Amino acid sequence: MASTAKKQGVGSVLWDYLTTVDHKKIAILYLIAGGFFFVLGGIEAMLIRIQLAVPNNDFLSAGLFNEVITMHGTTMIFLAAMPLLFAFMNATVPLQIGARDVAFPFLNALGVWLFIFGGIFLNLSWFLGGAPDAGWTSYASLSIASAGHGIDFYALGLQITGAGTLISGINFVTTIINMRAPGMTYMRMPLMTWTTLVASVLIVFAFPPLTIGIFLLMFDRMFGSSFFLVETGGNTIIWEHLFWIFGHPEVYILILPAFGIFSEIFSTFSRKRLFGYSAMVFATVLIGFFGFMVWAHHMFTVGLGPTANAIFAVATMAIAVPTGIKIFNWVATVWGGSIEFTTPMLYALAFIPSFTMGGVTGVMQAAAPADYQYHDSYFIVAHFHYVIVGGVVFGLLAGLHYYWPLMFGNMLSEKLGKITFVLFVIGFHTTFLIQHFLGLWGMPRRVFTYLDGQGYNTANIVSSIGALLMAIAVIILVINIIMTLAKNQRVGRDPWGDGRTLEWSLPLPVPYYNFAQTPLVRGLDAYWIEKKANNGKMMPAESLEDFHMPNNSFIPFVLSFGLFVAAFGALYFASGKEWAIDAVADLPQHPWALWVLILGLAITFGSMITRSLKDDLGYYVTKEEVLRDLEEEEQRREN
Amino acid sequence: MAHMEYNVPSERWPAHPETATMEGKNKFVGFWIFLAGETALFASLFATYLALKDSVPSDDHLLAADLFALPLAFVMTMFLLTSSLTSVYAVYHMRNNNFAKMQLWLGITVLLGLGFLALEIYEFIEYTHLGHTFRSSAFGSAFYFLLGTHGFHVVIGLVWITLLIIRNAKRGLSVYTAAKVNTAALYWHFIDVVWVFIFTIVYLLGVL
Amino acid sequence: MKNRWMNAKWFGLITLLAVFASGCGKNHLSTLKPAGEVGQEQFNLMLLSIIIMVFVVIVVSIIFTVAIVKSRRKNLGEDFEPRDVAGNHTLEIIWTTIPILLLIILAVPTIYLTFKQADTQAMENEEGGVNSEETVINVTANQYWWEFEYPNEGVVTSQELVVPTDKKVYFNLKGADVKHSFWVPAAGGKLDTNVDGINSFYLEFNDEDAQNSNRLFYGKCAELCGPSHALMDFKVKALPEEEYDQWLADMKNIEEPVQASAEDAAEGQEIFNNSCIGCHAVTPTGAEAQGPNLTNFGDRDLIAGYMEHNEENLVNWIKDPESYKPDNNMTGQYDLTDEEIDAVAAYLMELKIEEGAGDVETLRESAEEGAEGSEEESSESEEGGN
Repeated sequence: MASTAKKQGVGSVLWDYLTTVDHKKIAILYLIAGGFFFVLGGIEAMLIRIQLAVPNNDFLSAGLFNEVITMHGTTMIFLAAMPLLFAFMNATVPLQIGARDVAFPFLNALGVWLFIFGGIFLNLSWFLGGAPDAGWTSYASLSIASAGHGIDFYALGLQITGAGTLISGINFVTTIINMRAPGMTYMRMPLMTWTTLVASVLIVFAFPPLTIGIFLLMFDRMFGSSFFLVETGGNTIIWEHLFWIFGHPEVYILILPAFGIFSEIFSTFSRKRLFGYSAMVFATVLIGFFGFMVWAHHMFTVGLGPTANAIFAVATMAIAVPTGIKIFNWVATVWGGSIEFTTPMLYALAFIPSFTMGGVTGVMQAAAPADYQYHDSYFIVAHFHYVIVGGVVFGLLAGLHYYWPLMFGNMLSEKLGKITFVLFVIGFHTTFLIQHFLGLWGMPRRVFTYLDGQGYNTANIVSSIGALLMAIAVIILVINIIMTLAKNQRVGRDPWGDGRTLEWSLPLPVPYYNFAQTPLVRGLDAYWIEKKANNGKMMPAESLEDFHMPNNSFIPFVLSFGLFVAAFGALYFASGKEWAIDAVADLPQHPWALWVLILGLAITFGSMITRSLKDDLGYYVTKEEVLRDLEEEEQRREN
Repeated sequence: MAHMEYNVPSERWPAHPETATMEGKNKFVGFWIFLAGETALFASLFATYLALKDSVPSDDHLLAADLFALPLAFVMTMFLLTSSLTSVYAVYHMRNNNFAKMQLWLGITVLLGLGFLALEIYEFIEYTHLGHTFRSSAFGSAFYFLLGTHGFHVVIGLVWITLLIIRNAKRGLSVYTAAKVNTAALYWHFIDVVWVFIFTIVYLLGVL
Repeated sequence: MKNRWMNAKWFGLITLLAVFASGCGKNHLSTLKPAGEVGQEQFNLMLLSIIIMVFVVIVVSIIFTVAIVKSRRKNLGEDFEPRDVAGNHTLEIIWTTIPILLLIILAVPTIYLTFKQADTQAMENEEGGVNSEETVINVTANQYWWEFEYPNEGVVTSQELVVPTDKKVYFNLKGADVKHSFWVPAAGGKLDTNVDGINSFYLEFNDEDAQNSNRLFYGKCAELCGPSHALMDFKVKALPEEEYDQWLADMKNIEEPVQASAEDAAEGQEIFNNSCIGCHAVTPTGAEAQGPNLTNFGDRDLIAGYMEHNEENLVNWIKDPESYKPDNNMTGQYDLTDEEIDAVAAYLMELKIEEGAGDVETLRESAEEGAEGSEEESSESEEGGN
């Protein structure tokens, strides 16, 4: 298998990726698809900033603007940030714990294809009658009133990607619990693995409430139920609760893996072990735990009453403590280290002040009466972009540069990387710092325009210029990626020179079976320990023997495609039906829709049954093949 | 690890065949985590139901106290509880490497599940005749969504166990098939536990 | 280089904060120019939190900058191997307790104000009806306009909220179609207008601050409610209490629609009565209407909530409301020629209340009677709020 992987036609590469269950290739799939949606969401962001650059602008119409902001938020959260994090989790976690693959390789592939098909489905709304337009939060009264199929695309698309995310979450938890190499105790796991574990647990508990919320929305819009219809006894606040019970943990699902990436980078490029490792682990778990108890701080102005507001205000403030612990531990890690200013390290360093600012504005919002002023104003927009761009996106960009050699076997240009960094960081602060003030000056969020003479003009044009800088930075990044792939200068083991964790102990490109022999882990920063004690050679935990690997499968792709087809059926099935909500009942009927729905479900259930009935026992990698690979690697190193 | 034999001879049949392989162990842990997610799912459903209980557009709609009858719900509960017990027998025989008895008890489990389902459908038809439907009120929507989701889980469980019976008929028992049976049994227990909550929260609290 | 840039950034922030503390934004719509007790309390809480948070940011930045400057590999040499430090209990305890203490400092006033600002007991009289002693206003938010009802006085108006200064003004909020949010930034924070029930809170407007902003404040919708969410503005006219009472009395005095005087306006009135009156009332009654109440339209300061108040804008608005407020509910409800629209506009501009026509005494008396009479009704609406 390894020998055939060298010279392949386009067709066979494509087939390989369509059927792969290898976590490293799945990571690349996540990276490509997530990167595509990131650019798409970025274009939407630019459209927003162009529209708001000057008062009374008519670049986008009011209705279109609402579609753009909805899709910007939805795309960035569900289709860009989370998949990109999954890319890095897939690329690193199995290697960091010394495993040959994840616990459920088949489900891993299913997760990525569900995400891709869900994302495509959601974005097809642009061409099929209009995108969703009720904001990424899709609050029930407005999403119920929204005409056309936009919201239905949102609901069905998120249901499909959400299922993929849930599957991936379960997979990572199981992998980390069950697949750790000998000696890799919980308290020796790298922070990236720890944060992946906690974020995955959050996914398992946070996504089901969203699933239910979206089902309520779908049933109301398409099948005549009345969960959110006040006149038949419904209540729209239920949506807000369910959405934020998901939505707040979601923030931590995004930020925790980013924390993990930063922890690795700080330690690597300070050439120093992470300060206060156990405190960091404890803080991660605590943040995850608190994450479920603060959702109503998104609802301070809903009128839940002073008792609820006070409780949630205090609970929210409490989260600042573990987050503060993390910040101080990172600073202490850098303190007294030997800092090398690589591109990933620059992002990590810029992250500290940027994220601290996002964090402190978060605490300011926890003060409920003050939040009555901030809520739904540009102050909030500034705050969550400071957290999500200053935290998550910086983390993604840092991770992209840091893990690139691990994923592709070559290095991104440091020079272009640093140019991207400077432009992006300056652009980011220019865009969002000023937005705090816009909010305080009374500018509500999600406005498609603003009037002249309210004092918002200068700040908005400044903000738009900043966005332009970020766009240029991303373009340079794309150029960097293309040039690096075209040149393809191979690098060998431990390309950064200061790798500490197991993934860097592997030859590049990483063999498809990861470890020829499962390594023995002798402490935190397992590779670093062996660098000091054993000249960088990992001690094997097993003798070199044949070992078991899972088969490739096309079923995940087909199964996901079935749901994609079924979603179209479900969506058009409701059109023109008298029981559907007015906005959908007014559309023309589509008699074929039911058959499409049945066909799609048949494909999906057929795939499931095929999978269940067949024995999939995997195959064995022989000792001889592994020995051959090891020799080749030895030769390459000598050359 | 040497080549794994899935068809373990009976003298070496492990005490816990379902977790004898790495795949089996993963399945076991992974499925428990899936059930944790399912718990969050049903918790959201229960919360929605409680928020919308007896929430109807006008006074002429029937409320929980007018609709629910404990005797029927009790019979349904007995069906499902018993089926949970029979699935335990199936797993017991699986651990003793007794394939025929395992198949038999799985079959009985399916029959009891079908009985439950039949009663539930009968109950829904009755309510529909009384004007309590998915579309009649928010209360109706929440009731049918909660019970319907549970019922859907029962259907999935029945299809799953039936398929297992058929697919394993020729293959017999191995550590590969044992993990599958054990997972299905776990799922079946979970459905049962959810029903206990439905019985308490919907029916008992409903008639009180 | 980088560190200098970092320092510059924090300097910039502090400067900005200084500017910010000294007041910024427009008097009539900035949260930083609080015009009443509620806004002032919230502003003080904001200041307290900002001071604490700026302190945190500065401390972190200083330690962080020192850490970076000290530990550059260029200075330390390529082969320098730092000492591994696993952790330090004293430090960890310090950076856990200090944030907790800071948060307690913030949490105490937060809790106090949360309860204080939610206290709307005074709105109700002993029987659970609307307290006639207090200023109570029912706000109904619609796509994309606002209706204001004064339940004690039985007066309905729209788009322009009139409130007394130096006195608590209580609001009952609800949304008629989708969820909106009622926000007068200068007076205080927002509260959502839910479709599921009534939310209540109070605001206060200082007379002095009102004078500083020509007695007009801006109100906004703060919850995405459809395409024209951005244009769902309203104005708040804050009058001294006597003037406010007089205004109410004058409004109350209009029992019959104001009769047009000019010729084209008279023609307009007829057209209006045929085409428009189905949605728009011209007497100050009939809460929860289809369209904004136009009783005192001629006195108002804005057309459609956000355009300058002149006849030209009014004509344009009636001709093509869709281009000014996309997705509004007025588009296509009538079929008028340009001449007819001109006439209607002329009529509408004449709809002014006669100042000083009403009698404040009668207003007070009828308010008290009304409160007793409408007890049942109000208690019902209260129930909806829970």
